[in-house]
Amino acid sequence: MSILTFKNVSKTYDKMTHALADVSFSVDEGEFVSVIGPSGSGKSTLLRCVNRLVDATRGEIFFDGHDIIRAGKKEIRQIRKKIGMIFQHYNLVDRLSVIENVLHGRLGHKSTISGAMGFYSEREKESAFQILSKLGLTEQAYKRCDELSGGQKQRVGIARSLMQAPRLILCDEPIASLDPSSSKVIMDHLSLINKNMKITCIFNLHQVDVAMKYSMRIIGITSGRIVYDGPPDRLAESKIHEIYQSNEGELITDVR
Amino acid sequence: MSGEHMDKVPKPQDQTSVFVRRRRTFTLIFLGVMAVFSISSAVTNYDVIGGFESIPAAITWIAKNLIPDEKALSRLPNIIKKLTETALLSVAVTVCAGICAFFFSLLGTRITKINPWIARTVRIAAAFFRNVPDVVWAMLLLFSFGQNILTGFFALFFATFGMLTRTFIETIDEVCEACVEALYATGATYLQTVFRGIVPHSMPEIVSWVLYMIETNIRNSTLIGVLTATGIGAMFDLYYKRMDYGSASMVVISIVILVIAIEIISNQIRKVIM
Amino acid sequence: MDKLVIAEGAPISLDLHKYMRKSRGGKIKTAAMSKSGLAVNLTVLVLLGLTAYGFFTFDYKNINIAEAVSSTIGNAKVLFGQPRLRYNTFPGAMNALLATFSLGALSTIFGALIAFFGALLCAKNIANPITANIIKSFVALVRAVPTILWVLIFTVAAGLGSVAAVAGLTFHSAGYLIKAYAESIEEMDDGAIEALKATGASFWQIVFQAVVPSSMSHMTAWTFLRLEINFTNAIAIGAAAGAGGIGFDLYMAGSHYFDLQELGFITYIVVAAVILLEVAATRIKARIR
Repeated sequence: MSILTFKNVSKTYDKMTHALADVSFSVDEGEFVSVIGPSGSGKSTLLRCVNRLVDATRGEIFFDGHDIIRAGKKEIRQIRKKIGMIFQHYNLVDRLSVIENVLHGRLGHKSTISGAMGFYSEREKESAFQILSKLGLTEQAYKRCDELSGGQKQRVGIARSLMQAPRLILCDEPIASLDPSSSKVIMDHLSLINKNMKITCIFNLHQVDVAMKYSMRIIGITSGRIVYDGPPDRLAESKIHEIYQSNEGELITDVR
Repeated sequence: MSGEHMDKVPKPQDQTSVFVRRRRTFTLIFLGVMAVFSISSAVTNYDVIGGFESIPAAITWIAKNLIPDEKALSRLPNIIKKLTETALLSVAVTVCAGICAFFFSLLGTRITKINPWIARTVRIAAAFFRNVPDVVWAMLLLFSFGQNILTGFFALFFATFGMLTRTFIETIDEVCEACVEALYATGATYLQTVFRGIVPHSMPEIVSWVLYMIETNIRNSTLIGVLTATGIGAMFDLYYKRMDYGSASMVVISIVILVIAIEIISNQIRKVIM
Repeated sequence: MDKLVIAEGAPISLDLHKYMRKSRGGKIKTAAMSKSGLAVNLTVLVLLGLTAYGFFTFDYKNINIAEAVSSTIGNAKVLFGQPRLRYNTFPGAMNALLATFSLGALSTIFGALIAFFGALLCAKNIANPITANIIKSFVALVRAVPTILWVLIFTVAAGLGSVAAVAGLTFHSAGYLIKAYAESIEEMDDGAIEALKATGASFWQIVFQAVVPSSMSHMTAWTFLRLEINFTNAIAIGAAAGAGGIGFDLYMAGSHYFDLQELGFITYIVVAAVILLEVAATRIKARIR
């Protein structure tokens, strides 16, 4: 059953630059999809169109029965509640504690006032701790986020999105600022979340090898157009070069 | 010096052209400054030699006259009372203006604006309040408020409000973009994003700016005081016009101590919070 | 929230309550206990307390605030809505504006000159620490005296006129710029100075070959910022110390002729001049970079 559908979606920033051009695809519940492509190819725009951090110019997007493009303000919040998001630069409130940042995942579920004042129920706090323990961060719970390492910060980001009890998690370059070992930890966590909690994951990834290893499906995007959509094992070397508009031997993945 | 030159492979000609350019810039600056200097001295009848001679003369005069005497000491309690009032006024003005400026600036930032027209209006209003001299506000308020502490309060309020609004807009746009995006993405409402994201994240910067403005406002309120005959400024003016230089110097010394104390405290706070 | 357990079936091996901090009422705490967070909260509380105390103790002299506010709003409408000149002519006002700008420019030039040498003597990376500290404390002292007091002091010591105004403005400018310049010099890469020292360069060679080129853009930015401040200060002292220029016209319009319309017109001239100065400064800074 498909949870997310893009129908002929386009996004233009100025009149000239097409970030997305006529993009169509759909994602089934429980899938683990990677979107790959060169910088500026529209990957980030594509992800942000899903939760309306960016408004698509044309086309239709459906998520879990919601018409995203026509959704009003209230409905957008209902939609965002069900979609977690993880960022390259973690986007935490650095000066708040880890546990407070995790609890931010509940804001969409609360009334404006109690959310703004930071009133959380004991049950919410306990589940925040439970999530933190699963991600190995219990001891960091009361630290301020600016005291954490990059890998730990990203795990807080994951915890925040899990706190939303989401149907879908969008991951915007989640490991682009991390070292290889932290990257592996993050990817393994997300992979487990996908498998055990049946949460659909859509990734933007820079690293083709990581995408090939973890995903069930890869979408290749170049200049805002989808040029590949299929399983990783059918993604031929030549196709990768088409996605990255490069020649044989120019990509770091060619070394292997 | 410019980026283009640095990026190129340094050929000998390029190198000389850098030096030639630098020398040309220096020459131009020098000529420009000299031109401004000559015109300005002509316009204001500024006597360069007299100006230099005045400094040692002034220092001698200061050393002779600006010394607290016994009369000044007897006036110290009054001076301290006025000084406390000025200090409290500066704090109250800056805190009130800061709170208003924070909420006003939320409408003007790129990341939290409600609509682009309101944002533009906010920025123009901030520029207006910042650029209208506090002297004008003081004059305007003097009409209705007279020689009252509130004249000084509002005169300082408008200028501080304009200045802080602009600064907060810049600070929030610079510091909070990432966390605001993340909070919106969780489905948080506008107010939740402001209070759970922007407030905790930008508070240290905001406090630091408020401390800086308190310091500035103590100096400015002295001037407004001279102008509107209120506060410590008026006290200095009064003693000065009566040629009671001993008491006047006591006022100066007390202001200096207050300003330096506040500077030291602010710096200590900044060290801990930033 | 049933699906929270990530690896399903895996028992919760940790006693999570061990890690939770609880309040006296048994509620789980969430805030981080950091020194800086505490300091921020404390500062905010103290400032709010002082503000409340201030409002409580101010001597309002039984003023009718509502009346004063409404009459001020009416006056502001006249001031900003119907600007007109009666006692001044437009060319006269322009002359006064030029005079005020000149005071600002002269004091910025003098201030910058003094500050350049002063900064060389108190930038941590090139100066002797003892002289640096002495100069820095002296500068802090100079800066702590409000500009208006400097001007008034010099007015008595040197007579009313541009000399007193420029001297008064220069003192504060120099104090401000020494601090700013010294910070720009301290920001520069120490390697460059070390490298030149290693080649046996003299102090002045280091200054003109390394220090000036690398901190030039910062220093220009600060100088122009100070020019803007000095311009507004020149207006203020014109009004408060009778030092002439457009500030004095403001004072006359407001406190002598009681003419709001005249005050409004001059205000617009001043605001236009300040904005023009800001724009011009931005352009020149871009060139010098």
